[in-house]
Amino acid sequence: MLRIIIAATLWIATPLLAQESVVVDLSQNKVEITTTFSGSNIFVFGAVKRDTPLPAGTGPLDVAIVVEGPLETVTVRKKEKKFGIWVNAEAIEIQEAPSFFTIATTRPLSEMLNEGDLRDYAIGLNYAVRPQPQSITNADTESFSEAIIRIRTDNGLYSERVGLINLTEDTLFEADIRLPANLVEGDYTARVYLVRDKNIVADASVGIVVRKAGLEAWLYNLSRENALLYGLLSILVALAAGYGASEIFRRLRR
Amino acid sequence: MLIYLPIAEVSVNMFVLLGLGGLVGMLSGIFGVGGGFLMTPILIMIGIPPAVAVATEANQIVASSFSGVLAHFKRMTVDIKMGVVLLIGGLVGATVGVEIFKYLKSIGQVELLVTLSYVVFLGLIGGLMFIESLNAIRKSKKPGVLPKKRRHNWIHGLPFKMRFRTSGLYISVIPPLLVGVVVGILAAIMGVGGGFIMVPAMIYMLGMPTKVVVGTSLFQIMFVTAYTTLSHAMQNFTVDAILALLLLTGGVIGAQIGTRIGVKLKAEQLRILLAIMVLAMCFKLALDLLLVPSELFSIGAGGK
Repeated sequence: MLRIIIAATLWIATPLLAQESVVVDLSQNKVEITTTFSGSNIFVFGAVKRDTPLPAGTGPLDVAIVVEGPLETVTVRKKEKKFGIWVNAEAIEIQEAPSFFTIATTRPLSEMLNEGDLRDYAIGLNYAVRPQPQSITNADTESFSEAIIRIRTDNGLYSERVGLINLTEDTLFEADIRLPANLVEGDYTARVYLVRDKNIVADASVGIVVRKAGLEAWLYNLSRENALLYGLLSILVALAAGYGASEIFRRLRR
Repeated sequence: MLIYLPIAEVSVNMFVLLGLGGLVGMLSGIFGVGGGFLMTPILIMIGIPPAVAVATEANQIVASSFSGVLAHFKRMTVDIKMGVVLLIGGLVGATVGVEIFKYLKSIGQVELLVTLSYVVFLGLIGGLMFIESLNAIRKSKKPGVLPKKRRHNWIHGLPFKMRFRTSGLYISVIPPLLVGVVVGILAAIMGVGGGFIMVPAMIYMLGMPTKVVVGTSLFQIMFVTAYTTLSHAMQNFTVDAILALLLLTGGVIGAQIGTRIGVKLKAEQLRILLAIMVLAMCFKLALDLLLVPSELFSIGAGGK
């Protein structure tokens, strides 16, 4: 929510810069997680619209594309050695950690955009995952948010990719975004930022819906909405398999 | 081929799961144990969340114990009366176990509890079995030593005696009830059937004849794990039907093959092999607790 308000105010405050605007679309805006889901690729593409010619001396165009999963509250725990064994000790709750975050840019982030915009628009991993002020109990919270980034980067859920965008004639751009197999359900967004002289000049965003489908959705919903039936069904399947196996092998023995 | 597990929310290779199910099923067929104590830690190792591994494994054991108990019913080697007494204790234990599990899940210590229980019980049982089978092998080389006759012990002084005809016993119901409770708690916390605790307890504590022990324990395990599956499904939402289906498909096939291999091996050799396997798993898990972990941090779901 905060991000939208900031985006709105900045947009109103900088009408002079808005000589360019951006149109963006996706190869698909619905991803279905089925039983055989092994990840998916989404093609983010778009074009830059210019109403008036650019004034002389304008810097080169840069593009950043952020694809972000639903924000979730997570608890990060740190192991400590107690009584000779390693156990979970300190824990910190991080209220807004995206379940998925990837960013594609034409140049390294720090070279193309100013610090304030990076922070306000949550462009880049270190700005997307932040401990909330109210949950800060000690000075070491930094290491906890770094841990989220490290673990999820290893899992393929977080990534920063410099140069992954193809920019043609300062007008057309495209990026191939990989969604990994360990994706969670929710509403994802793809945000595109046009950058000149270290400032955002235009932005646009589109939604991507990620849903479990087919058997996956049926089982998941059943397990939450009718847990008793789901449990009984699981047991029934197990009994049937046990009986089936002993019958089949009894017949094979004859 | 990758398959997405709806409850675990991870993508795993289908053939790895089928193979694991088959392998553990085969071992359980050879040794006559449920195999939960091997499967649950392996599942956690391949990246299934511990809570899902424990609950789903309980579901798989329902299948394997049902398959086994059918065979024992045909041979009339199930003491149903004793089984029911053990079961009553088991249901009480499982209820307590699921509650403990739920509480520890909320404070982030499930993994520790599961691992610690494994290290303690595997170490204990594996160690005892190893020593015992070594002694048995040594004794079998010296002929003429008669096995000790069973003596009356403290168990025979307890009240509430009951007659168990199939086992030929007249004992108090308190010890089997207690054995049932302990096994029930273990089933809920460790995702195991508990046969590895129950079988020795039935032989050495209750003095049941060996031929009815396995059938009776399977009878109890089947009901307790079914109950555990249901409790986990309703309270923790951690039973993954697809994971269970893959594991039990591999498992039931493996078990049938294993039973055939088991017949060809000698009892002492079997026991010492099983003891080594149990101790190896115990050692591996103990190392995880003792060595500095490669990643100190872990991410869990937020909120309570």
